[in-house]
Amino acid sequence: MIQQVEDPAVEVHDLTVTYHKKPVLWDIDLTLPRGAIIGIIGPNGAGKSTLIKSMMNLIPHSSGYVRIFDSNIDEVRPQVSYVPQKESVDWDFPASVMDVVLMGRYARLGLFKRPRKADREVALDCLKKVGMEAYKSRQIAQLSGGQQQRVFLARALAQEAEIYFMDEPFAGVDAATEKAIIGLLREMSEKGKTVVVIHHDIQSALEYFNWIVLLNMRLVASGPTQETLIPSLLEETYGGKLTLLAEVGNLMHKKEFTGRDKR
Amino acid sequence: MDAFWIILTGSFVSISCGLLGSYLILRRMAMVGDAISHAVLPGIVIAFLISGQRDSITMLIGAGVLGVLTTFLIEFLHKRGNLQTDASIGVTFTWLFALGIILISAYAGQVDLDQDCVLHGEIAYVPIDLWITSTGKIIGPRAVFITGSVLIIIISFIIIGYKELFLTTFDPAFAAAIDISTAMWHYLLMGAVSLATVASFESVGAILVVALLIAPPATAYLLTEKFLFMLILTAFLGIFISVTGYYLAVSIDGSIAGAMSTIAGLLFALAFLFSPKEGIIITWLKNRIIKKELSESF
Amino acid sequence: MGQLWEFLSFAEPNIRYVTFGSILLCSSAAVVGSFIFLKKKALVGDAVAHSVLPGVCLGFILAGNKNPILLIAGAFVTGWLSLVTIDYISARSKIKEDTAIGLILSVFFGIGILLLTYIQHSGNAAQSGLDHFLFGKAAAMVSDDVNIFGGMAFVLIIAVALLFKEFTLISFDVDFAKTIGFPVKGLELVLTTLTVFAIVAGIQAIGVVLMAAILITPAAAARFWTNNLRKMIFLAAAFGGFSGLAGAYISYIAPAMPTGPWIVMVISVIAFFSFFFAPQKGIVMKLISRRAMAHQIQEENVLKLLFQLGQEDKNYFQQRSVGDIQARRPFNTKLLLSALERLKKQGFLEKGDDRWQFTQAGQKKGARMVKLHRLWEVYLTRYLRIAPDHVHEDAETIEHIITPDLEAKLEKLLEYPVKDPHESDIPYL
Ligand SMILES: Nc1ncnc2c1ncn2[C@@H]1O[C@H](COP(=O)(O)OP(=O)(O)OP(=O)(O)O)[C@@H](O)[C@H]1O
Ligand SMILES: [Mg+2]
Repeated sequence: MIQQVEDPAVEVHDLTVTYHKKPVLWDIDLTLPRGAIIGIIGPNGAGKSTLIKSMMNLIPHSSGYVRIFDSNIDEVRPQVSYVPQKESVDWDFPASVMDVVLMGRYARLGLFKRPRKADREVALDCLKKVGMEAYKSRQIAQLSGGQQQRVFLARALAQEAEIYFMDEPFAGVDAATEKAIIGLLREMSEKGKTVVVIHHDIQSALEYFNWIVLLNMRLVASGPTQETLIPSLLEETYGGKLTLLAEVGNLMHKKEFTGRDKR
Repeated sequence: MDAFWIILTGSFVSISCGLLGSYLILRRMAMVGDAISHAVLPGIVIAFLISGQRDSITMLIGAGVLGVLTTFLIEFLHKRGNLQTDASIGVTFTWLFALGIILISAYAGQVDLDQDCVLHGEIAYVPIDLWITSTGKIIGPRAVFITGSVLIIIISFIIIGYKELFLTTFDPAFAAAIDISTAMWHYLLMGAVSLATVASFESVGAILVVALLIAPPATAYLLTEKFLFMLILTAFLGIFISVTGYYLAVSIDGSIAGAMSTIAGLLFALAFLFSPKEGIIITWLKNRIIKKELSESF
Repeated sequence: MGQLWEFLSFAEPNIRYVTFGSILLCSSAAVVGSFIFLKKKALVGDAVAHSVLPGVCLGFILAGNKNPILLIAGAFVTGWLSLVTIDYISARSKIKEDTAIGLILSVFFGIGILLLTYIQHSGNAAQSGLDHFLFGKAAAMVSDDVNIFGGMAFVLIIAVALLFKEFTLISFDVDFAKTIGFPVKGLELVLTTLTVFAIVAGIQAIGVVLMAAILITPAAAARFWTNNLRKMIFLAAAFGGFSGLAGAYISYIAPAMPTGPWIVMVISVIAFFSFFFAPQKGIVMKLISRRAMAHQIQEENVLKLLFQLGQEDKNYFQQRSVGDIQARRPFNTKLLLSALERLKKQGFLEKGDDRWQFTQAGQKKGARMVKLHRLWEVYLTRYLRIAPDHVHEDAETIEHIITPDLEAKLEKLLEYPVKDPHESDIPYL
């Protein structure tokens, strides 16, 4: 069940991604509709984060290409926002909550320009949306894990992008916040923005998303929620590992096989 | 007047180093700074041999090239050779530093540098080496102008790239996602560090410059949670270190650069013990008070 | 040449002393350094080395002369103190370890320089030669020094030999060592003490400034030659010892030269040679094996192509020209020709007036490549749900990596299919 769409927000063509020559995503070929809330689902280590990172061109592809809004990612970066799975920043960094959210405006500012009052207002507005305006001058180490997550969500909102990639935005936030965030995402999708979310809970996925991508090293399914979140496909996603594929992957890693690199 | 020129040069040097050091310690690259400061030595000596004199421009270029080359080499050995980072840093800079010392010893006659200068600089000679125009007018000590210009360059660099430096330091992944080149800012910063180390070299030597790169920002880091304050505080600490370092050295008749490092270390120790938020002793006292209150309230 | 001979004959007892002293110092430092390297603490070693300077100066101030025992004691104390402070600062504040290392290194060294200049200006005549501790001067060692420093090196080697197993474990996996009830804390203490010991012993020959190199560089170089720890340590000791010998020689022929930088230069040259040319791990050797892989791919592609042509013409042993081959797939002419020559040498092809033809073995290998390509295409369509028009590219690479073992598994899993997704026959032998 792999459904392709016309005029997609994201087009992934024959994408293979390797870490140290070992493929972790094989030949992914998919298109995602505009204006949808899209859930990417799969077991740990399935390559979900890897897929998003390679869509953002943060890691090199071995083969294939990705197009966003029918352009190369580098041409549309200001319209693309990304919230990584676990912010690997130095929490002791001398930066306040407001400083972090303001970074969301940097992409629009360009070189040499400083954030203006208008930028600060947008940032404050975004902090309000995630319910964190009371913490705006706190140093980031003095926030709880869930609060930190919300701050980085606010930074993404402040980018005012057209498409959002979020790697497990609900990990470690409480139920009320999760509801608030999903409300926010719905609002954005009504305004025509596309939201791609990595998610682990299948129950709530039924309710949250209108398009689902099932992934486990390879693409198992991509299509409207009702047609993809079905027992047979879920079993294929979570069920047996493809041992042969894994063995070939290991061999490529061991031999530092270079044949797959761009020719 | 001599004291004034020395302290002025010392302040310029410590501010330049401290500002850049703030970025280094937040990027966990303190030891790369150490490596660069050692590795510029052969660059300085070779520039000396080529130009035959203390020609500052050649020296700045020679050392700058070597500094950036060092970071390349460290990364190359780490990525291509799979050598762990700490060893790749250690092997690279000791080799280049050894090369520098050998060159100095081999060309002792031609190179107006000696091992003492390498170790702790000659800031005491700053007032002697005057800059005299072709008309014979004395403008002032040469080192003051060199270190002053470098300070201006570095401050402009930080003002212009403030946003980008801040972001690539704090969250390089996000910077890459919004199309800010982390590699470019990395090498610009390394270039600036090389520049600062060379400019400081004659005054404080290759090793003690590390104390000025690391100690003031580390102290400021313990005292504030705001990045901009950290930079400003670092600058003031730099000035304070130069003044007190100078008088300490004079009072015991020792090396000024050595005294400046000693003071820098002392200030760090004070901040480490007594910083209002993080200080070891303050935290200990706070804990005692809380314990006492708890035991009283029961 | 005469000088070298004179040096190597050890005619002068002093040369003998100094040489053996230097070799012993450098090789024992390399042995202890191997564990520091494995614990990824190279830069801590650097910090400790710089930090012994104030101790040496304090020892001198206390003694009023260059009494080796007091100098060593002072060096030992501040070297140790620096280690403890680095750990304490990085554990008890938000300062990260690298900052703590750089801070302690430069501040301790700064204090050392302040004290050293103070001593030098104080007019005590006994101080001359104290600055040899900065960059080392092997030839300046007198027999007392050699006895003491050499004795320390000897103790070090014995200690490491006795605790070899324990040190290996705590360098490799501290947590595991804890779970099996090793006194990890105590062992770490012994190892760090030995580290400081090695540094203090080495400063006569190498000096505090570059001491770290003799700890780390031999180990880093040795690591490129072997995966066996025991061999690595022997190699490191040999590299270290050789550079010590070279240093003593240079100290002998060029008294104006400080010894340390030369020792470091020698060991660095050995290290860079290893980084580039060590078999297997060396950077150049890796490039060479990558080239061999590229060759293999070209050769297999040629065989595969010849087989496909043969399958179409129903004649596997027809002679074909370079043009015939390129008409089907635009190989680069130069690369193609060299691949053909190699295949001839390997006995897969025969050549007759500029035309090429399969041997029996060649036809068999060609068949295998085609089979692997098509089997993988079947696998991708069946198991990865990839459309038939998207599988070719991937198969082009994977065919070169499948081992006979995987080949058998693949055949079994797919139940010996006869057709690939494009309806071409899969050749079985
Ligand atoms: N930097 C890396 N280097 C090497 N291998 C990596 C790296 N990052 C991820 N991998 C491997 O790639 C595979 C996919 O990882 P990825 O992070 O994309 O999984 P995921 O689907 O996001 O899992 P999770 O649900 O745990 O977040 C895993 O097997 C992982 O071990
Ligand atoms: Mg993930």
